[in-house]
Amino acid sequence: MFIIGELINGMYDNIGRAIKEKDKKEIQRCALEQISCGADALDINCGPASKQPLLDMPWLIESVQEVTAKPLCLDSSNLKVITAGLKAAKNKTIINSVTADSEKLDTLIPLANQFGAQLIGITISKKGIPQNKDQRLELAATIVSTCVDQGFPIENLYLDPIVLPVNVAQAQLKDILESIREFKIISEPAPKTTLGLSNVSQSTNARNLINRTFLTMAIAYGLDSAILDPKDNQLMDSLITAELILNKNIYCDSYLEAYRKK
Amino acid sequence: MAWELMTEKWSGEVSTVTIGATKEEGGTRSHTLKIGGEKSLPCLFQEGNIPHEPKVAFEIWDIAPLDWPAELMLPYAETLRDPLEWANKCVRDYKAQGLCIRLQGAHPDFGDKSPEEEAKLIRKLLKEVSVPLIILGCGDDAKDNLLLPACSEAAKGERCLIGCAVQDNYKTIATSLLADGHNIIAESPIDINIAKQLNILISDMGLPLERIVMNPTIGALGYGLEYAYSIMERSRLAALSGDKTVASPFICFVAQESWRAKEAKNENSPEQGVIWEALTATALIQAGADLLIMRHPKAIQKVNQYIANLFGGK
Repeated sequence: MFIIGELINGMYDNIGRAIKEKDKKEIQRCALEQISCGADALDINCGPASKQPLLDMPWLIESVQEVTAKPLCLDSSNLKVITAGLKAAKNKTIINSVTADSEKLDTLIPLANQFGAQLIGITISKKGIPQNKDQRLELAATIVSTCVDQGFPIENLYLDPIVLPVNVAQAQLKDILESIREFKIISEPAPKTTLGLSNVSQSTNARNLINRTFLTMAIAYGLDSAILDPKDNQLMDSLITAELILNKNIYCDSYLEAYRKK
Repeated sequence: MAWELMTEKWSGEVSTVTIGATKEEGGTRSHTLKIGGEKSLPCLFQEGNIPHEPKVAFEIWDIAPLDWPAELMLPYAETLRDPLEWANKCVRDYKAQGLCIRLQGAHPDFGDKSPEEEAKLIRKLLKEVSVPLIILGCGDDAKDNLLLPACSEAAKGERCLIGCAVQDNYKTIATSLLADGHNIIAESPIDINIAKQLNILISDMGLPLERIVMNPTIGALGYGLEYAYSIMERSRLAALSGDKTVASPFICFVAQESWRAKEAKNENSPEQGVIWEALTATALIQAGADLLIMRHPKAIQKVNQYIANLFGGK
C-alpha cells in the first residue's frame, strides 16, 4: 500500500498558522512525523484560507524537500498552483488531481508528461459527482483513454473513485468499493487506485473507526494507495493487518513491527 | 520473430554479508567472503544483478567424527584426529576458500570440552589458517551460551560467522557477536514465520539485519529438499519485493543432511555419497543458497565447478 500522508494541509490549524507565519520548522516536523509513521509520500495542500497559493505551494514544497526526498502529492484544483509546485519540486511528484473533463485532461496530462509527474484522476466531471458504479467507470475510462492517447504511462496513473461521507451517501459506498476492483480491468497495464480516506467519515462521531473499517474493506477490493492520516496508529495497524491477510507480507509474531521496519 | 525475455522488476535486494576481516579491516584473514546482494531470483542473470556467486566452506570438527561413513573419512584420514591438521589439509590440499568448524566436542554427550578449551582452539586455528571462519556451537543451548561468547571473544575482530541462534536462544549469542564484530547465523526449523520473527528479534538486540545469515534448515535430496526450496523461494520473493526482515543470505548445511541419507551410505556404491552431497548442493544453489557447508572434497570440487560454469558466464 502506497501511503500518502494528508496532514500538510492549510485547513489544519497548525499548518494554516505555519503557512501564514512562514514557520518552516512546523511544516518539516509534520513531514518527518508522517514519514516516521509510515507515509511513502506527502500530500501538500495550501488550504482554502491561503491568500497567495502561488507562493505558498512552492514555499511548502521547498520546506519539505529540505528534510525528505519522498514523493510529493501536489493537491490543488488550480492549474497555476500545480504548475508553480511542479517547478519548485525536486522530489518526485504526483498531481492531485485531474477530473474527467476534457479541458482539464488536455492541460494536466501534458503538464504531467512534461514534468514526469504521476497523476491522480478523480472520477468526477462538470456534471457533478457520479451517482453509481457505471458512471464512475465511464469517467474512469475517459481518463484512461485520454492518458493513452496522450502517451501518458498508465502505470503512473492513480484513479480515485471519489469517496463520499457515509452519513451523506450511504447507499453509494458499496458501489465505490466495487469501482476500485473494476478500475483495475480498464486497461493493461492496469491503472493504480487511490482515495482520500477521511472523506468517508466527515461529520460523523466515530471517525477513526469508520476510516479504518472502510480502508480495510477497500484494501480487500484491491486498493493500491490511500491519502490518510498515518499518525492514526489503529488505522495503520488495520492497514498492515489487512495486507497481511491478503498474503502481501509474510506473517511473523511481530508483523506490525516488521512492516514498520521496512 | 525476435523473442523478448519477460523479466520482473524488483524493488528490494538481499543484504550483502562479508565474512572474514583482512589486516586492513582489523583482522588477520588473507581474503574475505562476500555473500548475498542479489537483485533477482537465483540464476536469473538477465533480471537483476547477482554480484556474488555462492561460496562453499569446508566443514571440520574439533573432535574426530565417529559416525561419518568410511567414504567421507577417507580423504581426510589421520588428520581427522587433529582439527588444526584437518584445517590445513582443507586449505592446502583442497584449496578451501572458507572453513566451518563445528565444536561438537563441547557437547555434554560428546566430551563436554570447556568453553576455554574451545576458545583456545579457535585462537590456534586462526593462526594456523588464514581463510575466513564460520564457527558453530555444539547444539546444546545451555552449553552454546557459554561456548559461543568465549569463541566470539577469542576471534574478536576477525568478522567470523557464528551460530546458530534459534528463537529460544539468541540473546546471549547476539550480544557477544555484536560486541566482537561478528556475523550471526539465525536458524529456523523450515518455517518462514519463525525465520522472519527471529531476524526481527536479533535486530532488536542491536545487531543489524545486514549482519544476519539465515539458516532455513534444509533437507537432503529425497528427504524434504523441496520444503526447504519453497521456504527459500518465498523468503527471496519477499526480500526482492522490499521486505528487509527476510532479506538475509542463506547458509545451507548441505553435508550434514546429505550424508545422513541411506543412499549416501551405500557401501556397494561408495561414490553415491559424493553424488548425493553434490546434487543436494546444486539444487540448493538454484533455490538461492549463498553459502554451502560441505564435507567431501570431491563433492566440493564438483560444486565449485558447477558454480564456475553457471556464474562464470553471467
